[in-house]
Amino acid sequence: MSGKPSRTIRVDTLARVEGEGALHITLAGDRVTDVKLKIYEPPRFFEAFLRGRHFSEAPDITARICGICPIAYQMSAVHAMERALGIQIDPAVRLLRRLFYCGEWIESHTLHVFMLHAPDFLGYQDVIAMAGDHRAVVERALRLKKIGNRIVSLLGGREIHPISAAVGGFYKTPTKYQLRELVNDLEWALQVSLETVRWTAGLEFPDFEQDYEFVALRHPDEYPFNEGRLVSNRGLDIDAAEYEDHFVELHVKHSNSLHSVVRGRGSYLVGPLARFNLNFPQLPEVAQEAALQAGLRPPVKNPFRSIVVRAVELVFACVEALRVIREYEPPAVPRVEAPNRAGVGQAVTEAPRGLLYHRYALDVKGLIVAAKIVPPTSQNQKRIEDDLRDYAARLAAWPLEEATWKCEQAVRNYDPCISCATHFLKLVVEREETDGA
Amino acid sequence: MSSERKPKPKIAVFKFASCDGCQLSLLDAEDELLGVAGAVDIAYFPEATRAMRKGPYDIGLVEGSVTTHHDAQRIQQVRRQCKALITIGACATAGGIQALRNWKDVDEFVRVVYATPQFISTLKLSTPIAEHVPVDFELRGCPINKHQLIELISATLVGRKPNVPTYCVCLECKRKSNVCVAVARGVACLGPATQAGCGALCPSYDRGCYGCYGPMESPNTASLTGQFRILGQSDDQVARAFRGFNAWAWQFRKASEECERK
Repeated sequence: MSGKPSRTIRVDTLARVEGEGALHITLAGDRVTDVKLKIYEPPRFFEAFLRGRHFSEAPDITARICGICPIAYQMSAVHAMERALGIQIDPAVRLLRRLFYCGEWIESHTLHVFMLHAPDFLGYQDVIAMAGDHRAVVERALRLKKIGNRIVSLLGGREIHPISAAVGGFYKTPTKYQLRELVNDLEWALQVSLETVRWTAGLEFPDFEQDYEFVALRHPDEYPFNEGRLVSNRGLDIDAAEYEDHFVELHVKHSNSLHSVVRGRGSYLVGPLARFNLNFPQLPEVAQEAALQAGLRPPVKNPFRSIVVRAVELVFACVEALRVIREYEPPAVPRVEAPNRAGVGQAVTEAPRGLLYHRYALDVKGLIVAAKIVPPTSQNQKRIEDDLRDYAARLAAWPLEEATWKCEQAVRNYDPCISCATHFLKLVVEREETDGA
Repeated sequence: MSSERKPKPKIAVFKFASCDGCQLSLLDAEDELLGVAGAVDIAYFPEATRAMRKGPYDIGLVEGSVTTHHDAQRIQQVRRQCKALITIGACATAGGIQALRNWKDVDEFVRVVYATPQFISTLKLSTPIAEHVPVDFELRGCPINKHQLIELISATLVGRKPNVPTYCVCLECKRKSNVCVAVARGVACLGPATQAGCGALCPSYDRGCYGCYGPMESPNTASLTGQFRILGQSDDQVARAFRGFNAWAWQFRKASEECERK
């Protein structure tokens, strides 16, 4: 070893992320020798105990993987089951599912942009401290978040673990009148989202770009939620059923979550940056304009700018929700009957944090015999470590405390959801002043 | 009346095995959040803040169940730091959905999910917090009701009994004038045995209750099992109904095990 001083950036409890993670980064001089994003969130074994449960229970059970994005789990579960059972949903149900997802994106992105990520850019420990100086911004954010939650509650009964999503449709669908009651709020939300794009664009961003493989769903006409091909900027173009031919999960010792890689290539990025870069033409015009005015032009390769991209997706979610409400006619029946039969089904949908893959195999009684779930954070986990390997080296000369905070911020760029990733994530940045080894 | 300012009560939020949804309920209380933050000192809440101040705390909110050796030790430390310890949600009060392992071979579970089982450290059982330390109040729900949480925090701070009902979901249905899904449509509904708190959500959305708030005070599960059988449910189906998010709560556990023995 060289005689250079080594130090360790270490965060034992990663804050403002969902779930329990830690980060360890070891540096020898300005060279990063080790990066470990550790997930110590205890494993909960969903894939194991789903076996023997009926397919109709999967949306309720898998929602409990994550209290932040339960709808994503419900959507991937119902679509995978519908493929396994070979049933077609009503176009009105398809619209309602898009609205449901709009609600979750608005709620989750607002939470992350204002309450989890913005405090890093402005130098606050948390949103409560931020509210001391930016009361109006925080109050507006809370109202915006509440509007997202209101959509979810209307369709699903409550914000967290909603109860109405079903294989084949919903247990109960809303009336046109009920949806129209959301319009005033959503028009306000759209204006605030546009303001949020401008506000986030004015934050300070480190000069940091990476050469990513972006992976997202792509639909020819729509910004993606539940349908489309799985594509990347390096030529991937597959159906959800081919997912496991192209992605593989590795189990590493320092994490209770599994690392996902593209077969033969390595880490990749899912989430807002990937969706934006691969689906810019499908964004509504007002969102495209807001992005361009904020200086975002695909491909955006600076992960710190994901906060602005989330704001652009807020604009999209408001526009899309308003469109759905205009076009909605209630379906003839809330859900199509789904008789028991054996089969295998896969689905990928776009959780706020990125791709969420589900696969189920069913027996003739409709009971689950095998389940596989790959959450967005386990797909991003290796990519987060790759970012830190480069980024921490640039911070080698910084005081330890500031460098640690910047590394935490770099992790939060991904809005990691550790509860999901376990089967998935933990982060520790180690950094101690020691003599050279 | 005293005019001197008392220090604000310190609140801490701790997480064990869970989905984060119950602690998120605090951040989802959009109308009350800034008010709560003004009335108390949020001293430890990693999901929301980098600032992590040491105990002791006046109130500790604990989310999640105990599933590892490390967590079994950690809950002892948490208890020592908290004047009042309140458990929030089905994981903390009943072991949660992850307690489904309690009837199975957890080593086999590890092998199903992880390629390298020797990296994983886990206990055979997922257990509620009250099996490990004394608990001052258990707030039920999967997830909890955020209004009940605010009520509970307020009540604890002034030293009164929280207004959290222990009757069953049926009363909430009656109050909402819901048509009974079990009687009118023959839907299997856990409402008669389940504690209120959700506002009878599932019956309001035309489906049967699936037991998020766990068993009510002295539920008649034997009678409900009989009713499910009359509706044409198999023993397996009845066992699965009781074996959900509060499966390890003893009344539901007993009911599901009786179905299995048949």
